[in-house]
Amino acid sequence: MVEEKLRVTLLTGRTIEQGVGKERGKGSKEYFEAVSMCYMDAGDMKKLGIKNNTNILVSTENGSVVVKAVKYPRAATPGIIYIPYGPWANVICSNKTSSIGMPSFKGTPAEVEPARDKPLLTMKELLKSEFGR
Amino acid sequence: MPIVNAVTCPVCGCLCDDIELTVENNEVVKVKNGCAICESKFLGYKSEHRTRKPLIRKNGELVEVPLEEAIHKAAEILANANYPILYGWSSTSCEAQRVGVELTEEIGGVLDNTSVVCHGPSILSIQEVGIPSCTLGQIRHRADLIIYWGCDPWSAHPRHLERYTTFTEGRFEKSDWKGYLQKVKAAAGKKKIKSALRRGVVKHPSEHMLKPETMSGPPPTMMKEGRKLIIVDVRKTMSAEIADYFIQVEPNKDYEVMQALRALIRDQELDVDKVDGVPVEYLEEVADAMVRCEFGILFFGLGLTMSAGKLRNIDVAISLVRDLNMRTKFAIMPMRGHFNVTGANVVFTWQSGYPYAVDFSLGYPRYNPGETTVMDILLRKESDASLVIASDPAANFPRKAVEHLVKTPLIVIDPHMNATALMGDVVFPSAFVGIEVGGTAYRMDHVPLPLKKVVEPPEGILTDEEILKRILEEVRTIKSKKTESS
Repeated sequence: MVEEKLRVTLLTGRTIEQGVGKERGKGSKEYFEAVSMCYMDAGDMKKLGIKNNTNILVSTENGSVVVKAVKYPRAATPGIIYIPYGPWANVICSNKTSSIGMPSFKGTPAEVEPARDKPLLTMKELLKSEFGR
Repeated sequence: MPIVNAVTCPVCGCLCDDIELTVENNEVVKVKNGCAICESKFLGYKSEHRTRKPLIRKNGELVEVPLEEAIHKAAEILANANYPILYGWSSTSCEAQRVGVELTEEIGGVLDNTSVVCHGPSILSIQEVGIPSCTLGQIRHRADLIIYWGCDPWSAHPRHLERYTTFTEGRFEKSDWKGYLQKVKAAAGKKKIKSALRRGVVKHPSEHMLKPETMSGPPPTMMKEGRKLIIVDVRKTMSAEIADYFIQVEPNKDYEVMQALRALIRDQELDVDKVDGVPVEYLEEVADAMVRCEFGILFFGLGLTMSAGKLRNIDVAISLVRDLNMRTKFAIMPMRGHFNVTGANVVFTWQSGYPYAVDFSLGYPRYNPGETTVMDILLRKESDASLVIASDPAANFPRKAVEHLVKTPLIVIDPHMNATALMGDVVFPSAFVGIEVGGTAYRMDHVPLPLKKVVEPPEGILTDEEILKRILEEVRTIKSKKTESS
């Protein structure tokens, strides 16, 4: 049965593509493609009835953002999604600093739902919509 | 074509200093020995995403202005601010960082570097517990057990394994590269057998072939002679595929697993079968490998500092290493990200006494992470101006913090047009440190290395250090005029 929403744990971090993209330039296509995506478990994608490269809406108590779902190639990671560091991940990651200055970038509870009709914003569009600049 | 040897790579905390660059007509055209990110930096520095002229926001749009105008505007913002923050510093040289400390003291601001969102918790923990550490050279030559906990060196520090740990030929420990190739071959063979079984090509499969694959205990490679690599992470990363043994822990549960290991190392018995999904017998094998090694090293990454527990995860990691030192020789090291984030901590410490989150607003340096960290200041909406240099908080801070950052006047100094520069009020293009300007940077093990200048910066583009010095000079002029008029 296809589910509408899935409860998951959000992790953010580095990928080699994010590293290559950031050095190429934050305005580059490589950077955009590397950080506006989200690794998901193949089984979880099946549960939501989505395929590779389908847009999904990831929501946390801090906000929601549209990213592209990509099947995690290495192993099964049910219940875990992974968005590389970047402006897309920051819209939704937790800002609780535990009074030491460090926000919780890893292990935030999140919800995922398919968003086939919602557009994936470019960096300029995303900054404009989030911060008005 | 001139070839420049022994160039230090200005990308990550590995600071690989064996890069070979071919330079033609003042341009890098070929990179040898570097990883994918290094190559991207050395070939991408001249890309179209670079800013070439100073910019000031006028009527909502960034427009090109002469350098003098931009310097004056930036100095005016900083001189008139009550509680400005000066953040970044990790991707520039120690020389520029030194001017940064002087500027912050002059304007009574808050000086913070990117440690706040990477190894800030590690620093807090080191200040509480201490750290038994060493240099990467010692690890290269002597370590026979290498553990990466909550980090993926293959993705973030691509040449770390090859230059300093498992795949390097040390004086007393040999490279495990051949062993890895055998593992890859064995895995490919297994895949072929699986495929043959699926297609029904094998008529009489042996029992061994039909054994189902389940989460297995430590493989026989854990018992082998020579270097061993253990990876602990919440997901199977690229590095985990290389490891002799990979332990998958649940997100936010590293603390419990490490405490369990501490108990096992002290020969205590655990009353449970599993610790957060990891069977105790697997942990026993790991504890055994730790105690049996001659010299072990535990590298840890943001998997520990960003997850639940934060600095407490590091406390327990250091305590684990302290316990291990009662049985054998063991060291621990944080995997520092940006190429000179360690340098930022070092420079700030020798100038002000504190490694990050230094508040000069009272006229003397104060340090109270949680209060004087840039993240908390932004979330409490206290700052009234910001200078961001050599980093991109708009791409790395949570949205709430960025919201306040862009509400107040924002000065950005960066070679690239990054997310923060796009939203800045005054934007300075700067020369690439380690490509267009030399300097000093500190490797993750606190070894300072020289950065080389290999090409000339584009005309009219100043270095971070020069821009900061000009701003400082202008701030002093504005302040002296103010004093005179009052």
